[in-house]
Amino acid sequence: MPLPPLPDDAINLHASAGDWRDAVRLAGNALERGGFTAESYSDRMIEVIEEFGAYVVIAPGLALAHARPGPDVLNSGIAVVTLAEPVVFGHPHNDPVNVVIGLAVTGTEEHVTTVAELANVFNDAGSIPALADAPTAERVRDILGAPAAE
Amino acid sequence: MMHIVAICGAGVGTSGILKVNAERALARLGLEATVTASDAASVMTAAADAQIILTSSELVPAIGKTYAEIIVINNYFDLDELADKLEEALS
Repeated sequence: MPLPPLPDDAINLHASAGDWRDAVRLAGNALERGGFTAESYSDRMIEVIEEFGAYVVIAPGLALAHARPGPDVLNSGIAVVTLAEPVVFGHPHNDPVNVVIGLAVTGTEEHVTTVAELANVFNDAGSIPALADAPTAERVRDILGAPAAE
Repeated sequence: MMHIVAICGAGVGTSGILKVNAERALARLGLEATVTASDAASVMTAAADAQIILTSSELVPAIGKTYAEIIVINNYFDLDELADKLEEALS
């Protein structure tokens, strides 16, 4: 089961973020440009981190920004943002972050195949640095095994 | 059957990854357990009969009082870390 299509518009490489909120907002913008979410989803992803802390930094250098399903999730999908300069999220072990994956799901069940596939990709420890260095959207899709937009 | 609950803040995404990789680590150890994913807000019901809660250090305060053993996972993709910590908790 591959990841959902990952259009160029949902990929933002070597972007600049001043802090973790900027970085999450970039992921939200990429999800919005990809047609997956409406504008308010960025704020909801930030609220999850404000409420629960930086647990979304699930591996060294990688944040999986996400919020619950809601009316601002139009289609399930992911977006990929890499940062020219890493930012600190406040995680005790996995800071700083230079790859932010935005995840939006329309329901709590259907995300299971997507996250299982993400687990397959990132169980290879080389995947995070490879994504951080990826020069093109095509290379990002290669690493993730995600198809281009239909 | 042993019950393990993976907890994250929103109940989608990170707890799903933790569940998938906990199942892989258990398979590697040759152990059987039911692994479910839940969010911090529902942990009291979701983990009522759980022996082990897997989560991030950031979420430990949100989990509150529980009889389950809490295992903190730093790298959700590191099957060695998951297998080592599960093996220690289960032995």
